[in-house]
Amino acid sequence: MTNTATTNKQAHTLQDADFLTPPGKIPVIAKVLSFMVLMVLIFTGIANLLPQVEGQAPRDIKVDLGALTMGSYIAMGETLFKGKGTCTLCHNNLGRAPDILVLNMEDTAAQRLSAEAYKGEAKDSESYFLESMLAPSKYVVPGYGKEGDPSPMPTIDKAPIGLTAVEMGAIIAFLQAKDGGEPTVELPTDTPEIEETASTTAEPAKPAANAEEVLTKNACTACHAVLDSPSTIGPDLKTIGARSSREEIRESIINPAAVIAEGFPPIMPATFADTMMVKELEMVVDYLLASKGDSAKENSLSTETEKKGE
Amino acid sequence: MSPLKSLTTARLSTGSNQSALILPRAMQTLFVLFLMLSALMLVPDLAWSSEGAIATEAVVEDVVEHEPAPVMGPRDYRQIGSMSSRSFVWVIAQLHLFLAAFVLAVPLFVTVIEWIGVKTGDQRYDDMAHEFMKVSMTAYSLTALFGGTLAFSLFLLYPTFMGYMMEVFGNQVMVYALLFFLESGVLYIYYYSWYALRYGNKKYIHLTLGVLLNGVGTTLLFVANAWATFMMAPSGVDDAGVVTGGIWDIMRGPLWNPLNLHRFVANIAFGGAIVGAYAGYKMLSAHTMAERAHYDWMGYTSNFIAVLAFLPLPFAGYWLMAEIYAYSQQMGITAMGGILAWLFIVQAVLIGTILLAANYYLWNGMSRCAGSSRYTWLIKYIAGTLVVSFLIWVTPHTLILSAKEIAALGGSHHPLLGPFGIMPAKNIAVNLMLIGTFLSFQLYRRSDKVITVPWAGFGNALMVAIYLIAIANVIFLGVYYGYFTNTVYKVGSSVAQVMSTLIVIISGVVIDTMMFKGAKTLPVKWGQISNRGVYALFALPIAFTWLMALMGYVRSSVRTHWHVYTVMKDNSVDNFIPNIGHAGNMMTVATISFLAIVLFIFWVASLGDTKQPKPEKIANPAQ
Repeated sequence: MTNTATTNKQAHTLQDADFLTPPGKIPVIAKVLSFMVLMVLIFTGIANLLPQVEGQAPRDIKVDLGALTMGSYIAMGETLFKGKGTCTLCHNNLGRAPDILVLNMEDTAAQRLSAEAYKGEAKDSESYFLESMLAPSKYVVPGYGKEGDPSPMPTIDKAPIGLTAVEMGAIIAFLQAKDGGEPTVELPTDTPEIEETASTTAEPAKPAANAEEVLTKNACTACHAVLDSPSTIGPDLKTIGARSSREEIRESIINPAAVIAEGFPPIMPATFADTMMVKELEMVVDYLLASKGDSAKENSLSTETEKKGE
Repeated sequence: MSPLKSLTTARLSTGSNQSALILPRAMQTLFVLFLMLSALMLVPDLAWSSEGAIATEAVVEDVVEHEPAPVMGPRDYRQIGSMSSRSFVWVIAQLHLFLAAFVLAVPLFVTVIEWIGVKTGDQRYDDMAHEFMKVSMTAYSLTALFGGTLAFSLFLLYPTFMGYMMEVFGNQVMVYALLFFLESGVLYIYYYSWYALRYGNKKYIHLTLGVLLNGVGTTLLFVANAWATFMMAPSGVDDAGVVTGGIWDIMRGPLWNPLNLHRFVANIAFGGAIVGAYAGYKMLSAHTMAERAHYDWMGYTSNFIAVLAFLPLPFAGYWLMAEIYAYSQQMGITAMGGILAWLFIVQAVLIGTILLAANYYLWNGMSRCAGSSRYTWLIKYIAGTLVVSFLIWVTPHTLILSAKEIAALGGSHHPLLGPFGIMPAKNIAVNLMLIGTFLSFQLYRRSDKVITVPWAGFGNALMVAIYLIAIANVIFLGVYYGYFTNTVYKVGSSVAQVMSTLIVIISGVVIDTMMFKGAKTLPVKWGQISNRGVYALFALPIAFTWLMALMGYVRSSVRTHWHVYTVMKDNSVDNFIPNIGHAGNMMTVATISFLAIVLFIFWVASLGDTKQPKPEKIANPAQ
């Protein structure tokens, strides 16, 4: 019994000694520093692996209003809406604010103006859009306001956004025209200095190389079974060529609300007519028309379309 | 009592009384100064506001003369050679903030530990508190050096911006300087009087000094915070930046108090982690088992402080972010859903690292006690849960992919991993990580105890049942409401998930407290933790430091291209938000520099204890 206890004690003593760093080895400070640097480099590596995007500040550019047409004014409005105006930060499909790009804003304005809860002073869509930008709390769409401070939307002509009257006019023109309406705003005659983000003043975007790229770029795969996507949120596009004509496919892309496929929610964005280039639209229509469930055919057409694109 | 002894006692007593008379006077003076400053802070309208009842005409004229915020041009920015001014100020400011956070935090928990020492009569607490202060003292002078360098850098590189800030804050900056003098004075008295005021009533004088030190330190923090929050959400100025209110209006912007709370709590967690690293460093360098045991205990205490302060941080962060959203939804979305949103993946990695390191340290620490063998079989399951949860937490939602990658992936989201990228999966993961961490902590606490209450079996069964129900509830709520219902229920279910986790923690503490009554305590062999376990004490401060740099960067970047949001535009060449890689590299430069400084501090602190042995034969210099 005593011997066992003694042995245990010796073993215990040896165990204690094992914990102490023997002299002559690598200095503790070097080991600790190496460990620290290694860990920090791992964190740095992760930060460098993530998507690298810079947030550019808006910068001043001159716009020649003498050469401005209503078409370019509308285009300027769209650029401002998605750029300097930062409208898409909230007005998107995440539910923070009404999804303006999806809604038909002319119809929406008419509904709002006739709503009992509307207490503003606007008489038509132009004045309604302007009022919404300058006094967002005049009318808050049910479900979006907050207690005490009705609208979280900033006043657009004030900092940090600070749009000018001409810029707000451009946005109104865009909102009126985006669903096929006729803009009522007048073209500006002054020569103001407006701000644009660097991204909006970059080189013109190049069209996609082939139909697959267009479908990917426009996130069609998020809802439709197309390419390798198995999504069932929207109708299956792998066999659409067998049941739809060229005109029907084109119509479904540029005006998705025209015919809603039975059993599917009406959630497809109505913005492709604006965001997709004509060349891209035709490539996609060709591709989908050939999508009849025969993959060999699809592939050959895709390649053909790509060649045409060249 | 012999006459000589009574005389000595009387002399000692007299000496004691004299010093007791002198010190309270000094303290009274300091205390009155502190009170006066506090009063000025509380009712600054009386002192600085043009709207105050006692405002003079001169003051009113001064307010009228305020200028709008200048429009910045190329002449308002300077550079040192070809070095980016933003990068230079970024690193210097970050180093100053790291050091300042540390030196403000240490006295907070040192005073608490000193108090515990008084209440328990265990002198080890007092010694440990003093040693923590010793580390902090070296850092204090470095904080001031970096603070001075930062101020010079700002005035040199951004003269117009600093001119505007001086215009806005006026005399308040001198109050900051005065507080800094006061902080230095009280700090030196507190540290150097440690052994002079160690026992009896004098100890309470020393504790009062500690409270005073923390009062001044916290006020300093709050004053400096006002500058940062004014830049984020200016108040007391009009749209053009003209000063319209008193200093109190300028200071108490909507984000001031949330930032005050967040930084106060975060500093404690950060400070605890740094002194934990000090204990780890000393432990690895120990030459005797007694020394190793002392620093093991110190490391355990530091880790406990760090994790304890870390737990409420998410709530403080939530308040800050909620106030940011309330002030400007645009600013909130920029942080959480805009260009800065990807940084929160890095945040998940860092917090995951902190939780993994804290758990790993607890598991290793269980080896200090033979009683832990009852629970070691559970560790592999906790580890598995933590690792899987961690991987889910860091799975990104949106991937930026090329067309080929999308084709290879089978869509914009991976068919199997895609569902792990959304919030319901992450809510499950985070809650399971917190439950797992608490289980590790509970097992650690039980390791050195043999429960003797007659209802031990029932208590254990109850605890197991609570764990199982809570885990099932967290998973069910996340899966069902997260994937099969709409967004409203998704958000609502996350509250119920957190409640499940809190119920585990609260009931665990209550049940254990009741079960530990009359429990037999097993010996704890301090020092008998593996060296690998000690490295967890370094992992914590590294992750904390990088996390602090990251979140500070997010807080500052939400201003986008504004020096002072909505009031003063940043028109410098650096007025863009850099990409995450560049920001990460900057954080790494700051973090590695800080860690090198920390190791220097540890080395200097150890140098003070090193004594050269007297040589047996001293050579005569004359020969």
